[in-house]
Amino acid sequence: MTPRDTASDRLRDRIAARFESPALRWGGIGLILVLMAVLPAALGQYATVIMTNALLYVVLALGLNVVVGFAGLLDLGYAAFFAVGAYTIGILTLDFGVNFWLALPVAVLAAAIAGVIIGGPTLRLRSDYLAIVTLGFGEIVRFSARNLAITGKASGLSGIGQPWLFGWHIATPTDFYFVFCALAILAVVVSLRLENSRLGRAWLYVRHDEDVAEAMGINRVAVKLAAYVTGAIFAAIGGAFFAANLGAISPESFSFTQSVLILMAVILGGMGKIPGVILGAFIVILGPELLRNLGELRLMVFAVMLLLIMLFRPSGIWPKRGVRS
Amino acid sequence: MSGALLNLSGVSLAFAGNTVLQNVDFQVAEGAVVSLIGPNGAGKTSLFNCITGFYKPQSGAITFDGHELLKLRPHRVTASGIARTFQNVRLFREMTVMQNVMSGMHSRTRSGAIAAILRLPSQRAEEAAIRDYCEGCLRFVGVGPEEYDRIATTLAYGHQRRVEIARALATQPKLLLLDEPAAGLNAGEKQDLIALIRRIRDERGISVLLIEHDTGLVMQVSERISVLDHGAMIAEGTAKQIQSNPKVIEAYLGQEDAEAELDF
Amino acid sequence: MSVFDIISHQLVNGLVLGSFYALVALGYTMIFGVIKLLNFAHGDLYMVGGFLGFLSLSAVASVVGSDWPGIFIAMFLSMIAVGCIGVVIERVAYHPMLAAPRLSILITALAVSLVLQNTVLSLTGGQYTAFKTDLGFGGINLGSLFISYNQMVLVATSGVLMIALHLFVTRTQFGRAMRAVSIDMDMSQLLGINVPVIIAVTFFIGSALAAAAGTMAGAYYGSIWYFMGFLIGLKAFTAAVIGGIGSIPGAMLGGLILGLLEAFGTQIPFIGSEWKDVFSFAVLILVLVLKPTGLLGKSEQERM
Repeated sequence: MTPRDTASDRLRDRIAARFESPALRWGGIGLILVLMAVLPAALGQYATVIMTNALLYVVLALGLNVVVGFAGLLDLGYAAFFAVGAYTIGILTLDFGVNFWLALPVAVLAAAIAGVIIGGPTLRLRSDYLAIVTLGFGEIVRFSARNLAITGKASGLSGIGQPWLFGWHIATPTDFYFVFCALAILAVVVSLRLENSRLGRAWLYVRHDEDVAEAMGINRVAVKLAAYVTGAIFAAIGGAFFAANLGAISPESFSFTQSVLILMAVILGGMGKIPGVILGAFIVILGPELLRNLGELRLMVFAVMLLLIMLFRPSGIWPKRGVRS
Repeated sequence: MSGALLNLSGVSLAFAGNTVLQNVDFQVAEGAVVSLIGPNGAGKTSLFNCITGFYKPQSGAITFDGHELLKLRPHRVTASGIARTFQNVRLFREMTVMQNVMSGMHSRTRSGAIAAILRLPSQRAEEAAIRDYCEGCLRFVGVGPEEYDRIATTLAYGHQRRVEIARALATQPKLLLLDEPAAGLNAGEKQDLIALIRRIRDERGISVLLIEHDTGLVMQVSERISVLDHGAMIAEGTAKQIQSNPKVIEAYLGQEDAEAELDF
Repeated sequence: MSVFDIISHQLVNGLVLGSFYALVALGYTMIFGVIKLLNFAHGDLYMVGGFLGFLSLSAVASVVGSDWPGIFIAMFLSMIAVGCIGVVIERVAYHPMLAAPRLSILITALAVSLVLQNTVLSLTGGQYTAFKTDLGFGGINLGSLFISYNQMVLVATSGVLMIALHLFVTRTQFGRAMRAVSIDMDMSQLLGINVPVIIAVTFFIGSALAAAAGTMAGAYYGSIWYFMGFLIGLKAFTAAVIGGIGSIPGAMLGGLILGLLEAFGTQIPFIGSEWKDVFSFAVLILVLVLKPTGLLGKSEQERM
C-alpha cells in the first residue's frame, strides 16, 4: 500500500492516530454515552423512536457484519434469523405464556439451530451458492410465517407483552430506547472482542484466502459456520426485543428488503469495520428521515449509493485505518 | 521403508483423464532434508497438494507419522504435523506480519467465541502465548519486531518468503514442505535460505521437503534428492548419484531451458 | 376429474411454467459460464423485459393489433433493448470488478438488481400494470384435457428460442468461442479469441432470452410489476443448479423439471399452492446439498 498512499490517506491516518490515544478514546466513549443518555429528554419522543430503530439496526448490522464483513460470506436472507427471534418470542409468550426472559434463550437457540441447518450443508459449497441459498431461506421463512396458523398467517401476531426487568416494566418508548442502547453497546463490545480473537482472525484468514487458511490448519467449514451462527444469534436477540417493543409482528417486517437494508448498513460504512458498520446503520435509518420527500425514491437512492460504493470505494465510506494487532 | 516419517506408495492422480502423477513411491525420513526436482510441469506441486490434502489421488496411500493422510481434509493434515509454503508467496493480504504468522497457531490453540467474548483469563493467556510463540518464529527466520505490525504484503519479497516460513513454523510441524523457496531471491538471500533450512532441521528438529529449481541450492542443502518427470518418479538418491543418472540428464535435456536449469 | 386428467393438466401447467424458468435459467447459466458470476440482476432483466415488451406492444398495437403477431414484435423489440441493457450492465458494473474479490462482485450484482427494481418501482409507483392483449381463450380439447392455443404458442416459442440458441452455440464460430471462454478464459485469450466481445454477446443473448420470457409471461398472465423478477430469478437459479450450472442443456432440462415439480408439487396433499414457492426452495437446497454439480454439470476437482 505504501507506494499508492495518497496525501489524503496519510492525513487520515494521522488523524486516526490522534484518536488512538487512550485519553481521547475514553473521552470520546464517555461523550457518546452522555449523548445517548440525554437524547430522549433533549429531542422528544419521535426522535427517540427513530433512534431506537437505528440502534436495533446497529445490532443487526453488527451481527451481519460478522458473516459478511469478517468471514466474507454473502447472506441475503439475514432477516430470516431476525424473524426467528421475533416469532419465537411472540409464540412462546402469547401461546404458551412463557416469560420473556425464559423465551429469549429459546429464541437464540432456535436461530442458532436454523443457522446450522442452513449453513451446515451449504457452507461447503462455492460462496456464491450460499448467497442464493440464504435468499431462498429468507423467503421460506417469510412464506412459512405467512401461511402457518401458529405465526398468525399474513396478519402476524399482536399483543406481545412487554417484559419486566427486576421490577422495571419496560414499557414506554424511552424504556425501550435505553434497552436498545444497552443491546447496541453489548453488540459493539462483543464484536470488538470477537474481532481480536483466535476465531475472529480465523474469519479474516478464511475471507482473504480459503486455501491458505486451510493449509494453516483452519477448519474452513467450521469457522464459517461459527460466523453464520454468531450472526444468527445477534439477529435473534434483535428480533426478540423488536417483538417486545412493537408488541406486534407481521411477515412483511422480515422481507427481502429488510435483509437488503441490513446488508446496506454493513456495506455502506465499510464491511468488517465496526465504526463503519455503526455509521452505516445510522445512515440506513436516519437517511430516509432526512430524505422524506423522496418517497419511493428512497430505496433507489440507497441502491445507487450501493452500486457507486462498490464501483468506486469498495472498502466503504469509513476511512481506512492502520491495522492494529 | 517403514521407518520413514512420510511415506507415499503408488500415488496416482489425474485431472479429467490427464495423468498428473503415476504410481509415485516416495519417502522422507525423520530428520532429513529431501529435495524434489524435475522439469516444469512434472507434477511436483501436485504431489505437495496430494500430501497436504488439497488433491485427492485416485489411488495409492500416503502415511505420515502413523496417520493415514488420504482421508484427511487439509486442515487435519496440518494438525497432524505437516506445514507448507506456496510457490507464489501467499500471505494474507491486508493483514500484518504478526497476524499472518498467528494463523499458524490456530490448530494448536483452543479458545472459542465464548471465551473471547467473556475475555476469560485462559483466553487472554492463550492470546499472549500465541503472540510469544509467533515472535519466536519470526525471530528464528530473521524478521525483526519493527516489521511485526506492517502489512505483510508490503515487505520486501525476500522477507515475505521468510514470513511465510515463520507462518508455517507456527503450526509446529514435524515436516515442512517448501515450494520453490528460493524463487526470486538473490544470491545472498539464497545463502541465508540454505542456512535457515539447516537451522530448521538442526535446531527445531523439523524434517524438510523442498521443491526447487535452483539445483545448486538443492545439491548443497539436501541429503536425498528425488526426480519427478511427467508424473513419474525416475530417480532417487544422493546429489552425486542424481548428477550422474542418465535418466535425469535426459529428462532435463528434453527441456528447452535445460542448460538454465541443470547447472551441475 | 380423474387422476389422469389431473396429471395431464399439471403436465401442461408444468410445461408452461418450465418454459419460463428454462428461458431465464439459460441466461443465468450462460453468464455464469463465461464470467463465473451469479448475476442476481438476471431476474430483474426478465422484469424489465416484461415492461419493455408492454411498452413496445402499446406502441405497435394500433398497427398490428395485440394478438400474438403484435406480441412477437413487442417481444423482439424488448429482447433487443434488454439485450443492450445487459451488455451495458456488464460493461459498467461487472467488467471493472472481474479482478475484485468474489464478495464484491456479488454485492455489485445485487446493487444492479436493486437499481433495476427501484427504477421500475419509482416509475410505476409499485402498482401492478395490466398487460392488455387481445389473446383469445380458444384451445383444443384432448378428451377432458383443455390446452389453450396460448399455452401451445408459448411453449413452442420457447422451444424455438432454445433450439436457436443450441444451434448458435454448437454450430457457429461464435458459439464455439463462447464455450472456449467458459472453459478457460485466459487460454482463450491466448488463442486469439476476443474475450470481451464474447462476454458482451453472452450477456446480450442471456438478457434477451430473459426479456422474451418476461414479455410472454406478461402477456400470458396479464399483469406485470417491479418485483416479478425476484422469485423467477431465484427459481431460474434453482433450475440452472438442477441442470448443472454452466450447462446450457442443463438449464433447459432444469427449467422443465422445476416447472413440472412445482405443478405436481401443488397436488400433493397438505402442500397446496400457497406452499409452492417454499417447495421450490426446498428443492434448491436439497439439490445443492445432495448433488451440487446438478444433473448435467461436470464435477471438477478444484485446482489451487
